[in-house]
Amino acid sequence: MSLAFNELSSVVLETPLPDLSVLRGVAVTALGVVAVVTGALVFRVDSMARATYLLAASFVAVGAAVVALHLDYVGVVVVLMMLMEMAVMGVFMVMLMGMNPALMPMSMVHSGRRALAAAGTSFVVLTVGILLVDWPTRPDAPPSDPGATTYSLGDALMGDHMLVMMVVSPVMLATIVAGVVLAQAHGRYERLGDDLRGTSRQGGRR
Amino acid sequence: MTLEVVLVLAAALFSVGLYGALSQQVVVMVMMGLELMLNGVVLAAAGFWWFTAPDPSLQVLLVVVLAAMTVEMAMGFAVALLLHRTSGADMTDMAAELKQ
Repeated sequence: MSLAFNELSSVVLETPLPDLSVLRGVAVTALGVVAVVTGALVFRVDSMARATYLLAASFVAVGAAVVALHLDYVGVVVVLMMLMEMAVMGVFMVMLMGMNPALMPMSMVHSGRRALAAAGTSFVVLTVGILLVDWPTRPDAPPSDPGATTYSLGDALMGDHMLVMMVVSPVMLATIVAGVVLAQAHGRYERLGDDLRGTSRQGGRR
Repeated sequence: MTLEVVLVLAAALFSVGLYGALSQQVVVMVMMGLELMLNGVVLAAAGFWWFTAPDPSLQVLLVVVLAAMTVEMAMGFAVALLLHRTSGADMTDMAAELKQ
């Protein structure tokens, strides 16, 4: 029994592992293609509900590609954040459009040809630039441990790059306040007037 | 897989988003186009990190891009709601007061 186990383990240990870098390359490329195709379909389908689902699929594909590149934390954040955003977007569509968006075919495009030309030109210019530049390569091998990558991100945000966190945090707070102020139906300026004393009723938003 | 492949895919995502942002009439669809453009930036930054950068600076850049996406979406929805409330507009062509 023990002899058989030893033979088996030696066979397993000597079997070469599949080349993970090839698998990773195929996965990232395939996910990127899925992201582009679903992204393009967002502007081709007839209903805004389907457009929302396709955009969510595009984000999930990019998030999965980012995870495949060992950026686990950022990839998972992309997927979670975008799925929630698309859910909110669906609610907004029903609110703003006043209809069941899945049942209402739509085609609302203006200056489509010029937009197509601008998008095509940008793609060609970017691609030519990408292919012409002699990109540098990293001096060491890509990291093999996603946990270490996440640790290094946290270390950077709490260390050398703390200014980024210190700027992003108040921006987020300002976004919350500004969002509430803009979206409020009956703010204090409407109730109390421009001087907020209740004497002037001019200048309300409605 | 090479860096060029990832960057070309990211450029395609960016260009598709640009088409949407320029061509769509509904405010929410314009925001979808802007989101797709930022989606391309996320993919490109992740590719740059994998192929060129040994330090975590590009990961920090990704965090900044995610923050920008959040701000864009929150402010976009708030402005869309305000436009709809004040003038009943849900299309970009209906909100052209600054032209006059």
